[in-house]
Amino acid sequence: MSELAVLALVGDMLVRATPLILTGLAVAFAFQAGILNIGAEGQLLIGATCSAAITLQFGETLGGSIIIVSLIGGSLAGAGWAAIAAELRARFHVLEVISTIMLNFIALYIVSFLVRGPLQEPTHIYPQTETMPLYARLPTILPGTRLHAGFVLAVLAGVTGWWILQHSAAGFRLRAAGKNSSAARIAGQIDVGRTTRNVFLMSGALAGLAGAVEIHGVTFALYENLSPGYGYTAIAVALLASLNPLLVIVTGLFFGVLEAGANALQRDAGIPSTIASVIEALIILAVLAVESIRNLHAPQPGSPSDTPIADLT
Amino acid sequence: MRIAFGMINHDKGEIRINGLPADLRSPRAAIKAGIGMVHQHFMLVPTMTVAENVELGGTGKYDERQSADRIRQLSDETGLTLDPLARVSSLSLAGQQRLEIIKALARHARILILDEPAAVLAPAESQELFTLIRRLVESGRSVVLITHKLQDAEQYADDVSVLRHGKLVLSQPVSEVTMESLAQSMLGSARMSARPLLQKAATQPRRTSGDPVIRLENVSVERISSPRDLHNIDLDVRAGEIVGIAALDGAAADLLRVIAGRCKPIAGKSTTPEKVGFVPEDRQHDALIGEFSIFENIALKDIGRRKGRMPWSDIRRDADALIKSFDIRAPTTRTTARTLSGGNQQKLVLARELSDNPVALIAENPTWGLDIQAMADIHARLRVAALNGCAVLFYSSDIEELVDLADRVLVIRNGGINEVERVAETIGNALLGSSPSSQIDS
Repeated sequence: MSELAVLALVGDMLVRATPLILTGLAVAFAFQAGILNIGAEGQLLIGATCSAAITLQFGETLGGSIIIVSLIGGSLAGAGWAAIAAELRARFHVLEVISTIMLNFIALYIVSFLVRGPLQEPTHIYPQTETMPLYARLPTILPGTRLHAGFVLAVLAGVTGWWILQHSAAGFRLRAAGKNSSAARIAGQIDVGRTTRNVFLMSGALAGLAGAVEIHGVTFALYENLSPGYGYTAIAVALLASLNPLLVIVTGLFFGVLEAGANALQRDAGIPSTIASVIEALIILAVLAVESIRNLHAPQPGSPSDTPIADLT
Repeated sequence: MRIAFGMINHDKGEIRINGLPADLRSPRAAIKAGIGMVHQHFMLVPTMTVAENVELGGTGKYDERQSADRIRQLSDETGLTLDPLARVSSLSLAGQQRLEIIKALARHARILILDEPAAVLAPAESQELFTLIRRLVESGRSVVLITHKLQDAEQYADDVSVLRHGKLVLSQPVSEVTMESLAQSMLGSARMSARPLLQKAATQPRRTSGDPVIRLENVSVERISSPRDLHNIDLDVRAGEIVGIAALDGAAADLLRVIAGRCKPIAGKSTTPEKVGFVPEDRQHDALIGEFSIFENIALKDIGRRKGRMPWSDIRRDADALIKSFDIRAPTTRTTARTLSGGNQQKLVLARELSDNPVALIAENPTWGLDIQAMADIHARLRVAALNGCAVLFYSSDIEELVDLADRVLVIRNGGINEVERVAETIGNALLGSSPSSQIDS
């Protein structure tokens, strides 16, 4: 492979890692707070949709600054989508696992509808929006590749997220609420409901940002298969990083390399790219196995009620 | 005992039952060998009926009528009255305990291990329990009773063994021991000399002074975890005073949360200081985060109001000083809370709650489930806090403790509160009403 091709491949890997890092952070934050948000996919799609709509609507009047407006808009839209599940959880104790996964489907069909209806490109031939003008695209940061500034944004988000979790009072509240909400409420006098809701919205915002970044950095248009399941892979990314935002950057890169590499293998060597999915799944199983073995050898917890007992027959 | 029930495997040595070596590598094997265990924290499924809980883990078809008959027969035989079709969530604690015993008996247990069975029961209820235990013993079964109350061991056991620091320090027929010798062997010889300063401070006379720090006027409290609402509660606690509350079945829980500022009253005027420490009853559930380190648990104090950055290095330094001054046995402040013993966990909670010299301290069953050394330690800490002018209000399910520790005792009964004389019998009668036997839940 030529040097140029290698460079392009590395660029593709980092491009692929960008949404994985952002959605991985979304999942990691939510899980840290005890919220099982598996709706990053839907939040990403709604973020992308909103971002595309904003750009198409106001792009001409705002020019280059549309990118910033649109990224913020996409984040807010993701947060708004998560807010539905957050409210359902807070008010009616609806399990977020169920609500977020259902909202994923709704988001998918909303995109489906919009790209065939109100947001379809002017010729009405393809199920997608009009392609973004050049000024509305994120700048390339590595010449000769597709690597865009969104990658820097993702890494910054990871570092900031780590700082918030480990070094801020809000992050500590979040972790406390996630580990033991009762002690957080009684010993820490934390408003657990509010904390949980805020984290849920922030998680949605990160996923929404991932969608907006895809629109402005990679696809330049909204269409149905915009995301090859980033929001789902994100769960693996976050778990493999043991929910640590700094490690999410690493595991996000790892999965990015794996997926972009698999595409290249299929193209150049005819090896099915689904191999990457198989490897991903094997890694998750291995991590789970290691985790459970480590738990088996952990010291006995203090209370007998914590001790799992084999079924009594 | 968890080894005897196959929950943990032993490292060395041999286990023999009736002289024959036994292989107790799982609870299943232990049950097969005729061992039954009643845990301090019950192992029941609250949404299932009594009969279903008994049959849980069995094989084959579940026949409700057949199983109910079997339970009734066992009930008649042992005197453990229970309705086989009642839902577990509707049973009192005493009822749940009877169910745990029936469960073990239904699996043909010949050796019954009871872990702190009286801890959750009111005095009259535990009396009844011990009578039942005697009956089981007379029917040819063996009972191992784990208790931290010396009286129970002395009164109801045939033989007594004392474990201290992982060693068997005493094993004798009860007739050969006295309360003093039991206490001596539990505490070891170093007991009094350990911290003379603390001891001295604790026995100094205190001065209660001035206006009440805690004042409730006509306060009503909505039931959340208590069995019923409380109405028109009047209560004063002055600085430097230790006030004890006696109540059955956690009737004081919600009131204490209101006083500690964790909940709001539904009516009346409650004056409590801003700076108040709170020691909840269930330290693992409500006070500590097991996976968090000691210093993180200490940082939980007032975290709800903190803003900006966490000054971790300062927090760690303070935590270091705190575990030294409260004698919390842990390698470092990075040790996770769940690996600490119950006594050290409780000391950690108390250390945290007293760390900012609060004006008042509210404690719920502060020595629940602790051995007598840890208990003495906690008592001394509470006395020292009062000596430093803290208003201490605590609830205890142990009447002895109320008499021992409190300056005044209040009794909650029938949704109201009354002050009574600080005498065990008076408190007991006030708790149960004029005729104690009628209050026993069956």
